[in-house]
Amino acid sequence: MALQPATVERIKEYARRYPSAQSAIIPALWAVQHELGYVTAEALAEIAQHLNLPPSLIESTSSFYSMFLTRPEGRHDVVICVNAPCSLRGADEVVAYATRKLGIRDGQTSADGAITLRSTPECLGACGGAPMMQVDHRFEENLTFDRIDAIFERLRLEPAPHEVRTVPQAVPPVKGGKVRSGAEGARPRGKRTQT
Amino acid sequence: MGLKPLLTKDFGREGLAHLQGYEVAGGYTGLKKALKEITPDDLIEMVKKSGLRGRGGAGFPTGNKWGFLPKGVYPRYLVCNADESEPGCFKDRYLIEESPHQVLEGILIAAYAIGCNLAFIYIRGEYLPQAEALEAAIEEARQAGYLGRNVLGSGFDVDVILHRGAGAYICGEETALLTSLEGYRGEPRLKPPFPAVKGLYAKPTVVNNVETLANLPHIVNHGPDWFAAMGTPTGKGTRLWCMSGHVNRPGNYELEMGTPIRELIFEHGGGIWKGRKLKAFQPGGASMMVLLPEHLDVGLDFDAIAKAGSMAGAGAMMVMDETTCIVDVARRLVKFFEHESCGKCTPCREGTYWMANLFDRIEFGEGKPGDPDLLLDMGYNIDGRSFCPLGDASTWFPRSVIKYFRDEFEQHISEKGCPFKKEREAVA
Ligand SMILES: Cc1cc2nc3c(=O)[nH]c(=O)nc-3n(C[C@H](O)[C@H](O)[C@H](O)COP(=O)(O)O)c2cc1C
Ligand code: SF4
Ligand code: FES
Repeated sequence: MALQPATVERIKEYARRYPSAQSAIIPALWAVQHELGYVTAEALAEIAQHLNLPPSLIESTSSFYSMFLTRPEGRHDVVICVNAPCSLRGADEVVAYATRKLGIRDGQTSADGAITLRSTPECLGACGGAPMMQVDHRFEENLTFDRIDAIFERLRLEPAPHEVRTVPQAVPPVKGGKVRSGAEGARPRGKRTQT
Repeated sequence: MGLKPLLTKDFGREGLAHLQGYEVAGGYTGLKKALKEITPDDLIEMVKKSGLRGRGGAGFPTGNKWGFLPKGVYPRYLVCNADESEPGCFKDRYLIEESPHQVLEGILIAAYAIGCNLAFIYIRGEYLPQAEALEAAIEEARQAGYLGRNVLGSGFDVDVILHRGAGAYICGEETALLTSLEGYRGEPRLKPPFPAVKGLYAKPTVVNNVETLANLPHIVNHGPDWFAAMGTPTGKGTRLWCMSGHVNRPGNYELEMGTPIRELIFEHGGGIWKGRKLKAFQPGGASMMVLLPEHLDVGLDFDAIAKAGSMAGAGAMMVMDETTCIVDVARRLVKFFEHESCGKCTPCREGTYWMANLFDRIEFGEGKPGDPDLLLDMGYNIDGRSFCPLGDASTWFPRSVIKYFRDEFEQHISEKGCPFKKEREAVA
């Protein structure tokens, strides 16, 4: 399946923007993942074609970065950091609770397809609010079991971030209050995400 | 000494994340002043005189770094390093969320000083709302004429491209960052040539951390002497410390350089949680050596922490109470390095993997007598033989805890498991 014209246009725009078209590879991979939810072999070939670069280069780059997914996953992506600072504040207990709640093992997707959950040794930059999780790249901090229940409840009802958006678009200037990713902050939902 | 909000002074103010709010708080006066009154060369001298040192980890003097750019070679590039992935660090995220324009103003001032017309922000892929905040700030600044062609009528042209990474700690290392920005796998390059001479697209390039750059508007506004009056003889200004772990109030604290560690942990952090005692702490980030309660009076500054046997690194402060299993903490940090090793060189790729296995077996009750010495031996063989500092640094924390807590390793091995598990459960 060919990429949407808007995605292709975006990839070509990246190529014009950078001093070297090669620098557009990672932005192009993001644009693809934004449209499809993951990066397919066909999409890699298409990127190569639009950037006029060898397909092996796109593949080599893509495979290095852990955030580019190679297969479809649940509608929502939940990642829990279990590195040392988070473990000191109960990250393991959060993983145990969350997997039990979803009836899955670490790394799996819930039966209803709503949530893929994984733990990671990578610090996600929220150790001051540990235990934490990132839900579709938005921070949820100072978790309690009740808050986890509420988050999962919400995610079961919400569509995937990439399904909310019709076409990938440049990010418009935000109006109103300041951007916060803290637990209580206003969470822009879905539509401006570039997952 | 003590709390000294400089970068964080206006944080929490309504609308600060947007141009208007930032201007109301005095934003962009530094850039205006620089463009109107100061020549690029004088600006470099000014930053040298201020004593500003990099906040990304190595503490390199910022003005000197700019001074290394070869004369007359253009184009030159500036990259703002917003890859923040050091375990225990969350200060760049805070600076970006609360005041993206402060970071951007710093970038524009630095670009003007070094004669760069195209700057990049390399931000880690996980920081999506933060990337959006920066993108919005760039657009607002463009509309207001702070970036683009002929900025504020000065004749200076500059553009900024926001570039999202995609999940690789090693891309915070400056040469790996540039390789990644060029579209390749994020593997480090050999130094020399240093980025200042041959960086992005083989052109002279400066890489500076978010916090380093956010200091610039203040140095321009208030002058280098004002800045140099804060801190210690070799550590000027303030620093954001990211406190995590077993304290009552974890979070970011901006303190004057040289403030005692005791004040950070016990006054600002509210002391150790649950009324427990302090066992140890790790300043700097995942790679840095452990310190003990006897080091509490050390000042928070590059040289004082180095003298105590650790490093200020990227401004983390992980605090551990008496119930902490230090073997497990080291195990998790080593696992992190194993996970993030880029695989380019053997000592790091194989060494971190082997160290991680050894830590697993000690923590989970299969350790053998002699394992601590084996770990030390591996440490000596990885450190100094790795291609980049990631491999070297993966050995520092484990070696330091074996030095101070060898008995706990022996106890894990003789009791075939973690002695702290029972203890923690009893306390809880
Ligand atoms: C493995 C590794 C990871 C690093 N990660 C970061 C990072 O996330 N952010 C950062 O600013 N510097 C990081 N650095 C340091 C950079 O290489 C570089 O020294 C720094 O960005 C320079 O900026 P400064 O002079 O303003 O400190 C890292 C270094 C190493 C070896
Ligand atoms: S030390 Fe590790 S991260 Fe650095 S080049 Fe070698 S394998 Fe890569
Ligand atoms: S260690 Fe978990 S977010 Fe930093």
